Amino acid sequence: MNLKFLLPAAIFAAIAVAFAVGLTLDSQRLPSALIDKPAPRFDLPPIAAVDGTGDNGEPYGGGFSSDDLEGRVSLVNVFASWCVPCRVEHPQLMSLADDHGVTIFGINQKDKAKDARDWLGRHGDPYRAIGADVTGRTSIDWGVYGVPETFVVDAKGRIRYRHVGPIMERDLTGTILPLIAELGS
Amino acid sequence: MIAELGHFALILALVLALVQGSLPLAGAHRQEQGRDGGGWIALAGPAALGQFVFVILAFAALTALFVQADFSVMVVAANANSKLPLIYKISAVWGHHEGSMLLWVTILALFGLCVALFGSNLPATFRARVLGVQGLISAGFLFFILLTSNPFARLFPAPADGSDLNPLLQDPGLAFHPPFLYVGYVGFSMAFSFAIAALMEGRVDAAWARWVRPWTLAAWCALTMGIAMGSWWAYYELGWGGFWFWDPVENASLIPWLVGTALLHSAIVVEKRDALKSWTVLLAILAFSFSIIGTFLVRSGVLTSVHAFATDPARGVFILVLLVAVIGGSLVLYALRAPKLTGGGLFSPVSREGTLLLNNLLMTAAAGTVLLGTLYPLFLDAVGGPKVSVGPPFFNATFLPLMAPTVVVMALGPFLSWKRGDLAGAFSRLYVALGLALLVALAAWYFHRGGPVLALVALGAAAWLFFSTLAELADRLRLFRAPWRESLERIRSLPRAAYGMTLAHAGLALVIAGATGASLWREEHIQSSLPGDAVEVGGYEVTMEGVRQVEGPNYTADQGQFTVRREGREVMVLEPEKRVYPVAAMPTTEAAIHTTGRGDLYVVLGDAAEDDSGAWVTRLFFTPLVVWMWIGSLVMVAGGLLSLSDRRLRVGAPRRRKKATV
Repeated sequence: MNLKFLLPAAIFAAIAVAFAVGLTLDSQRLPSALIDKPAPRFDLPPIAAVDGTGDNGEPYGGGFSSDDLEGRVSLVNVFASWCVPCRVEHPQLMSLADDHGVTIFGINQKDKAKDARDWLGRHGDPYRAIGADVTGRTSIDWGVYGVPETFVVDAKGRIRYRHVGPIMERDLTGTILPLIAELGS
Repeated sequence: MIAELGHFALILALVLALVQGSLPLAGAHRQEQGRDGGGWIALAGPAALGQFVFVILAFAALTALFVQADFSVMVVAANANSKLPLIYKISAVWGHHEGSMLLWVTILALFGLCVALFGSNLPATFRARVLGVQGLISAGFLFFILLTSNPFARLFPAPADGSDLNPLLQDPGLAFHPPFLYVGYVGFSMAFSFAIAALMEGRVDAAWARWVRPWTLAAWCALTMGIAMGSWWAYYELGWGGFWFWDPVENASLIPWLVGTALLHSAIVVEKRDALKSWTVLLAILAFSFSIIGTFLVRSGVLTSVHAFATDPARGVFILVLLVAVIGGSLVLYALRAPKLTGGGLFSPVSREGTLLLNNLLMTAAAGTVLLGTLYPLFLDAVGGPKVSVGPPFFNATFLPLMAPTVVVMALGPFLSWKRGDLAGAFSRLYVALGLALLVALAAWYFHRGGPVLALVALGAAAWLFFSTLAELADRLRLFRAPWRESLERIRSLPRAAYGMTLAHAGLALVIAGATGASLWREEHIQSSLPGDAVEVGGYEVTMEGVRQVEGPNYTADQGQFTVRREGREVMVLEPEKRVYPVAAMPTTEAAIHTTGRGDLYVVLGDAAEDDSGAWVTRLFFTPLVVWMWIGSLVMVAGGLLSLSDRRLRVGAPRRRKKATV
């Protein structure tokens, strides 16, 4: 057989191998410059009583600051009522809090106070405490570039793992629960 | 209920696609071996028709779900909102992964239907094979949709309202950009199926080229239109005044365009001169291969780590298997069968075939560099290197030098005759064009003294291409050299395909001129403006008058008022906006643009100063000649369409020849 006619197939084979390797490099596990570093300092207020839309209620969530992270393994979850993937991961967060007793803190990103309160009322509230990041400034300090994102923080307040996108059942059993068990022991 | 009907329709379409992709191919094989396969062959047409009916039902079902705003369906909840205007509810049908895949399959089924309806002049076994290959592609994509990207999946409990379509997609330019792009991508599947069928039959001849060309041309027109629309959208919506950013998504559409353009030209050589056969078949395979790689690179998360739903490992693996099956399979078939495709026509390097081949090589080399630049970060990542991105400097340094000789040869080629051309003779008919090109470069130097030299060269090249293309037309019509009566007669009798070529080549010259002005002579002013402040840009004096709040159907906006004066007289008031879409919690910029043939005045409203001083960041651009890029693109498409309407290329035309040979 004439070799030059095989060339296109050979080049494609090389590209396909690169694709295959590219796929195994899990694109969700983005390298975070913050891994094994202390979490950034911040002090977020609770979800506001008044948000300017005219629908006023009680302050909600109690606020959340970096000091809360000391002393126990916890999960920090960035969420918003306008974020559809957050709806998808919400049952997993509820199960983590209710069935596994994991401490979860929430950063409510760029949300209207009433929307956030309604959303948590409708779907349940798995969070130990919630801070409202109205400007998105604290999220930037955490290196968050989309919602939802979740971090596992150890008892010394260091970030140990970053999950991008919604937490699915397989993420719970596959990575997050084993990691929490390991850090807690 | 509608969602479930749509789902069932997709499953039935898959069953028919499997029938279409198996029995007719087997039947054609039997026929070839002298056994009776007629019954199986006859299944191809009805299967393609049935598949089209069920796919269109599924597409209609998804459209109905979006129009009704049925938020119990996951993709509707994620990509629509009750306040979304109707037109964007419809365009939201393909504004996300699942729906765009469904649109892809719908267009594929439509092309299959066209072969079934209009392909009666093809030999029966050949038609069965074309439809069979189409059926296999369709089956692969339907499997992909049903197993990993079902658009009809329900969400329980249903949310009260949806989270709205990405505001960047709420724009007329982008609403219809994907359908055009997909008609282009999928249109190349026709050339692909014809190429595979020809490899199976082991025969490529002039008739084959005549069948392939109209489909390729139609796909090329749509792809050109789609790319131009995408570029136009990026220009006015992203607020940076640029029109091309060399990002993977854009490159993914440019690569098949380059290969498709090469295919269009090499098919002419097959048709007229019976040469370049295996090369043309390879281009037909590559054009479609790059189309599906392009579709998937953007979607699979192999290349970019797009957030959330777009990156699902199961999806990526499926895509890879599909790519290997379609592209790998066809290239192996090519390696086995192509050596048998011997061509007849020999030609000297200086000839029309020679220039077409040279430009073919330049185009594919250009496509190769774009591919390399796009995939290089992935290769590096795969061998454990650092994460890098390849930017405009690489593409400018590799792509542009390849385009320069392309333009020179493009102008020259049509003046050479087939088989053996006369280079000196061609040049002697081009001295007027060369003189005019130099004049344009000199004029540009006079008006833009101190500008980059590259701009003068590029503008001269554009003028060279433009005027020599017109000179070629004048030459054919024997304008000014024969009695006017003869020229008039020639105007009438010249085939439309010849006018099509003139338009397409002249259109490209306009695109080059526009791109040159817009990228190399762009004026840019960024400043903090208080009401009353004026800025001089591109010969205009632009005064910011103030900013007010306006309210849209599903957004609120800060709207700036800018008075534009030229030589003291008020020309117009420009009102750029900075919109916030509360549901999607996303801001967008709406640039205000004053377009003239000389250039665009482009005004963008930035952020308000944080110190409550009342100042706003404003960005003002003057982008010379940019409008000629869009006009040129339209002229290219018009050329393609005109050529498509030529009798010789009409799908029914080869019938005459067939009768003659049988």
